[in-house]
Amino acid sequence: MTSASETVLAIADLCVCVRGEESEREVVSNLSLTLGRGETLCIAGESGSGKSMTALAIMRLLPQPAARISSGAIHLGGTELTTLDERRMRHIRGNRIAMIFQEPMTSLNPVLSIGRQLTESIEAHTGLSRAEARQRAVEALTAVRIPGAESRLRQFPHELSGGMRQRVMIAMALALEPDVLIADEPTTALDVTVQGEVLELLRDLQQKHGTSVILITHDMGVVAEMADRVIIMRHGSMVEEGATSDIFARPQADYTRELLAAVPRIGKRRDPDSALAPSAVASTSSSPPRGEGGPQGRMRGPSAEHSVPVAVVNDLHVRFDLRGGVFGRVNARVHAVEGVSFSIAPNETLALVGESGCGKSTTAKALAGLVPYSGDIVVGGRNLSGLGRDERKAVRRDVQMIFQDPYASLDPRMRVGDLVAEPLVIHGIASKEERRERVAALFDRVGLSAGQMELYPHEFSGGQRQRVCIARALALRPKLIIADESVSALDVSVQARVLDLLQELQREFGVAYLFISHDMAVVENISDRVAVMYLGQIVEMGTRDQVFSSPRHPYTKRLIEAVPVPDPARRRSRFARLDQEIPSATRRIGEAPLKLALSDVGNGHLVAAEG
Amino acid sequence: MTSPIAPDLTATGRMPAKPRVGVWRRLVRRRLALLGLVIVAIVVAGAIMAPWLTGYDPNEQMFDGLTIEGSPLPPSAKFWLGTDLLGRDLLTRILYGARTSLIIGIVANGVALLIGTLVGVTAGYFRGWIGSALMRFTDLMMAFPALLLAICLAAVFQPSLWIVAMVIALVNWVQTARVIYTETSSLAEREFIDAERTIGASAPRILFRHILPHLLPTIIVWGTLGISTTVLLEATLSFLGIGVQPPTASWGNIIFENQTYFQAAPWLVFFPGAAILALALAFNLVGDALRDILDPTQRGRA
Repeated sequence: MTSASETVLAIADLCVCVRGEESEREVVSNLSLTLGRGETLCIAGESGSGKSMTALAIMRLLPQPAARISSGAIHLGGTELTTLDERRMRHIRGNRIAMIFQEPMTSLNPVLSIGRQLTESIEAHTGLSRAEARQRAVEALTAVRIPGAESRLRQFPHELSGGMRQRVMIAMALALEPDVLIADEPTTALDVTVQGEVLELLRDLQQKHGTSVILITHDMGVVAEMADRVIIMRHGSMVEEGATSDIFARPQADYTRELLAAVPRIGKRRDPDSALAPSAVASTSSSPPRGEGGPQGRMRGPSAEHSVPVAVVNDLHVRFDLRGGVFGRVNARVHAVEGVSFSIAPNETLALVGESGCGKSTTAKALAGLVPYSGDIVVGGRNLSGLGRDERKAVRRDVQMIFQDPYASLDPRMRVGDLVAEPLVIHGIASKEERRERVAALFDRVGLSAGQMELYPHEFSGGQRQRVCIARALALRPKLIIADESVSALDVSVQARVLDLLQELQREFGVAYLFISHDMAVVENISDRVAVMYLGQIVEMGTRDQVFSSPRHPYTKRLIEAVPVPDPARRRSRFARLDQEIPSATRRIGEAPLKLALSDVGNGHLVAAEG
Repeated sequence: MTSPIAPDLTATGRMPAKPRVGVWRRLVRRRLALLGLVIVAIVVAGAIMAPWLTGYDPNEQMFDGLTIEGSPLPPSAKFWLGTDLLGRDLLTRILYGARTSLIIGIVANGVALLIGTLVGVTAGYFRGWIGSALMRFTDLMMAFPALLLAICLAAVFQPSLWIVAMVIALVNWVQTARVIYTETSSLAEREFIDAERTIGASAPRILFRHILPHLLPTIIVWGTLGISTTVLLEATLSFLGIGVQPPTASWGNIIFENQTYFQAAPWLVFFPGAAILALALAFNLVGDALRDILDPTQRGRA
């Protein structure tokens, strides 16, 4: 790409301070960088590294009044931004530096149409008339490959999908042809297949307009795919800077090396001793086979096939009624889960993958008893639907759940020790002293100290909170733990450690996991078997090797291809692209979706016929 | 370019466990909360000790309590806060009136809060037909003029202090119910409630252990705000002749009896008004501090 011949943006010794509880804390310290014309600079780092604060400092949009630029200079061309007054800064924003945020829904005004928001920002910054601005808006939408741009102008943000919304944001940012575009985690909230499209779009537009891009991300795959140069940040300071290929091939700093090592990659199992798991199982289990066990011929060793499955899900349906009209009659249904069947053997990890809205989380919720369902869920040989309340409660002990966001799933007003003890209290297990001991042991087991039992959830880091959730799920010694995107919200290095912990616990307690994730690389690392869901149905299911090495269903292939590879040498010129938007799972009454038939293509590798 | 490496945030908790300090001691440590507590204590003590604090009878119309022309007396060495239109000592009436107003402000307001919370939590957590029924009823009550309802209720029952308190409670719970309903329904959507259900927690457990503690700040704020409204509502009822019956003093009816003479004898409105304001403010200060203290996520912040 273009060499950094002409410097567009230069930052020198930038420090950003945030006023904290007692004193001011530096969140960005002595950061210096330059951005050349047409260059893509990635700022990568984990949460708390100061990468977003840097972006906000450039835009002079630091959260007021807590944060401020304490020293340093930011030069945009010949203009020094740190001392500019607000009126002139407003002119710079949008016009010369534009920004795209992570969550496109929250950065668009929900009560104004797309067209109004686009034309308004164009009108505000240029002298164009309304009609001209409108013309410009249509051009911008067309440039970001939004079909039917003219009619889209009348739509409101909620009528668009996440990927479409982010494209509108990009259109808005690029409509004024800024010199610098700052994209703060622009694809983090998007599905992988959509992510690829948006990245490609950014790259194409940049080449066409010669815009300089600062891309802020935590995802090394995105970095490898997009960046000319990379800055690795940690705790507010730059750890390493260099050309992308150098950073990936010859990382200098220890931290960069650790960060790269922790990134999950498809085709490379991270943890070598997880291969031990099957043999460990073989010695412990000797139950006779049962009719409904998993598909035969699994690569996993003999044990899992010959034991009673922990959970069997048969023809599971979950539908949500949508009411409308004067009398509030049900006139449509969301077919969230449509006839899903699978079974999980003891000590096995079944991964359920798919993109948002495919029904994987709803399946988990049905299994955990959080949503009403039809079909059969059999846990430990007992069908849940035929049981009374107390019996169901007893059976439910065997199925526990770990949620995506550990902070949201822990009551913030309770001490973590009490939270972990709560399942024991509810099920009337152990006396008070014994409970304390058990909780202390659990804390110890998940890598926390017993002394931390007195703390509240907000006093922990994200990874530690997830450990608390794991301890809580383990308290009842369940047979199955449902992990619903349980590592998605964590930084890669923390994610790797939590995944290790989960695998250790599986070896130790023989617990089975239903691992729900959108991240194909993580799934490839942890799972024994994989089921791919699309629009409420399973389209492909088989062992990890079957699904990843020889994916059959086009959707599975696309999912795997869309994952950005953390290796700049394997950068793709074209991403796998969706032919059309994923259709809605909402159907009118009487228009049930077509049920996909799964056929065995060998060794229990089930694939749906293409519909 | 590189700066010293900061401590590894992922490996340490934010801070070591602090010793648990009682709510009371943390409350007293805050200056404003302490001020609030002192004011509340003074009002309560004044109400209880009224007979010993003043030498006058609250209802006695004194001959020397009025000028020759029959006007009330301004504050003086004899009548510290002056006298009212009938020649009664204002300080004495305010002290005795504190009894009525405290009962109204605490009991009536407390009962209103209780009803409102119960209705709001039930409707917000269980939803369904019971939720709809409860909330439609609440809306109905809101649309109905509160004063008219209070007049009807007071007309049916024989007016007494306790009946007045109940009438006020029956009128005042609606706002609380609305607010609590909204909060509960958004709390019930939070993920940790789902997490509780997956470990087998029963509905009462979720409601009392996990939802109510989160509603506490709202309840406290509404409770302290409600004190001044209820005291004034009692005054309105008294003015209409269906509240506390004269000559029994309450802060509200002292104001209402005398408000027409505000320009001629401003002290008659100023002192009881100041008393209501001080009491409401005091409860507000205490409530505010309690809200912060009871919220563990606010620990360690000023």
